[in-house]
Amino acid sequence: MPELAGIWSPIRLTLLLASVTTLVLLILGTPLAWWLARSKSPWKEVVATLVALPLVLPPTVLGFYLLIALGPEGPGGWVAGLFGGRSLAFRFEGLVIGSVLYSMPFVVQPIRNAFAALGERPLEVAATLRASPWDAFRSVAVPLARPGFLTGAVLGFAHTVGEFGVVLMIGGNIPGETKVLSIAIYDYVETLQWAQAHLLAGGMLAFSFAVILATLLLERRIGRGEP
Amino acid sequence: MRRADDAIQIRFAGALGDFSLDVRFDCPMQGITALFGPSGCGKTTILRCVAGLERLAGRLRVGADTWQDDDRRLFRKPHRRPIGYVFQEAGLFRHLSVRRNLEYGLRRIAPTERRVPLDEAAELLGVRELLERRPERLSGGQRQRVAIARALLTSPRLLLMDEPLAALDHQSKQEILPYLERLHDQLAMPVLYVSHAADEIARLADHLVLLEAGRVRASGPLRELRARLDLARDLGAEADTIIEAEILAHDETFHLSYLGFPGGRFSVTRNQLPIGRKARLRVLARDVSITLQPQTDTSILNIFPAQVEALAENGPGRMLVRLDLAGTPLLAGITRKSAERLRLTPGKPVHAQIKAVALVE
Repeated sequence: MPELAGIWSPIRLTLLLASVTTLVLLILGTPLAWWLARSKSPWKEVVATLVALPLVLPPTVLGFYLLIALGPEGPGGWVAGLFGGRSLAFRFEGLVIGSVLYSMPFVVQPIRNAFAALGERPLEVAATLRASPWDAFRSVAVPLARPGFLTGAVLGFAHTVGEFGVVLMIGGNIPGETKVLSIAIYDYVETLQWAQAHLLAGGMLAFSFAVILATLLLERRIGRGEP
Repeated sequence: MRRADDAIQIRFAGALGDFSLDVRFDCPMQGITALFGPSGCGKTTILRCVAGLERLAGRLRVGADTWQDDDRRLFRKPHRRPIGYVFQEAGLFRHLSVRRNLEYGLRRIAPTERRVPLDEAAELLGVRELLERRPERLSGGQRQRVAIARALLTSPRLLLMDEPLAALDHQSKQEILPYLERLHDQLAMPVLYVSHAADEIARLADHLVLLEAGRVRASGPLRELRARLDLARDLGAEADTIIEAEILAHDETFHLSYLGFPGGRFSVTRNQLPIGRKARLRVLARDVSITLQPQTDTSILNIFPAQVEALAENGPGRMLVRLDLAGTPLLAGITRKSAERLRLTPGKPVHAQIKAVALVE
């Protein structure tokens, strides 16, 4: 029987990282997606490009710049200094920042598309029914864009779970702090602990499959207008 | 002062894209005012400006309230205007049930301003049985009725309707028109009604604003405008007159109904309206002929003494004659040859023979 006690810590850490990242992304991504969907500003596409960059950049490139930004000489180090630390790199907080940037397009894009698909009309209807812009956003735009939020949240979560390159660059491999699933699998393979690697890899496969299937089924239900 | 508080004053000028609008007109604070004109004439834009959904420079007063005045840099946001807006397509919120759709606006006005209870609006528009349904389970006509009820529930001071029937098939239209008429009769709420369908206007409107390429061509009470020769001429073969009459009696023997108006008594095909009910009759100018002597040996039933008021050319070889039937105007479409043979001149006493007449409500 192989030693299995060690596999729970990375699983816990990964789920925590993915949950926190998804939450932060929904909070930051929603206003950003709203602005991208509705603004007429010429800067819009520049911002959209920045958001989409992680789709094409090798994770190591993003990780490299993040390492510098989060390190003692970068702004991350300065922020860490306020809390008595030296750097945000190689810490859980740093991983959250990296994951937020890395997974951002996967959350922002579906929400932006859902907002854009609404068009002007439902908001105009809401305005003529006395809803202020904020009220209309909350009571009409967000509920109608629900499939976009669902897709964004699931993709953001799943993508963070599967992240490797960025974590390796800015997080390293500190058990309980930065050693997430993908790193743990790599680690097990390096040390020829095949049983543990199989377990985690198989678990990830099953998890990913289940998540995407569940999303598709849910989306279909929402699409039919059932709550 | 009285006049200003009694009217809706609309002045807008400006350009949206390559379309320019320059309109100024007043309409009364009661009844249905129709904005009428071909598509692209700016009628929807005017409605959107009144709602505040679109902004063009100008001034907008509704009764004693000013909603927009660019000289005073005043512009009320749409959600702060006490309007109800019915869009061409119903625009129901598909994430809410019919009941929640109806409550959406109702909940957003102060309880003291709720003059239309939900039950009453649901009853008036016949949507009581639909309350628990989802919008996608409704027919087009039902959706539009829910949308109208939803707009009414905000107890608006002004109801704006943008071609509410245009997207519907003939049957759904016929289904909704009676509800609109009830609305007209039961609610003391001014309505701005955009349409390009002459028959809808004939049936519903009291006041008419004729628009053309972003300008107001004419504005006034429906009956007066419909009988104006210069405007009727544009309608060509469709030129018509609306006559308001009242049901006097029904004749079972000949299956006829008699309707009285100041110029006489109309006989029309028997209908089911109660005695005393006001009704509108639409007479196409081409169905009206003119004789100098009253004819007795004719199959035509509706013959009235009249006086020629004015004449105008109406296409090659045709004339439009405006007749006066004891104060009620009537248009007759005849050939120029007939007009010359009868020596029609303003003031000449004649008889109008009306071959066909339609009840529009």
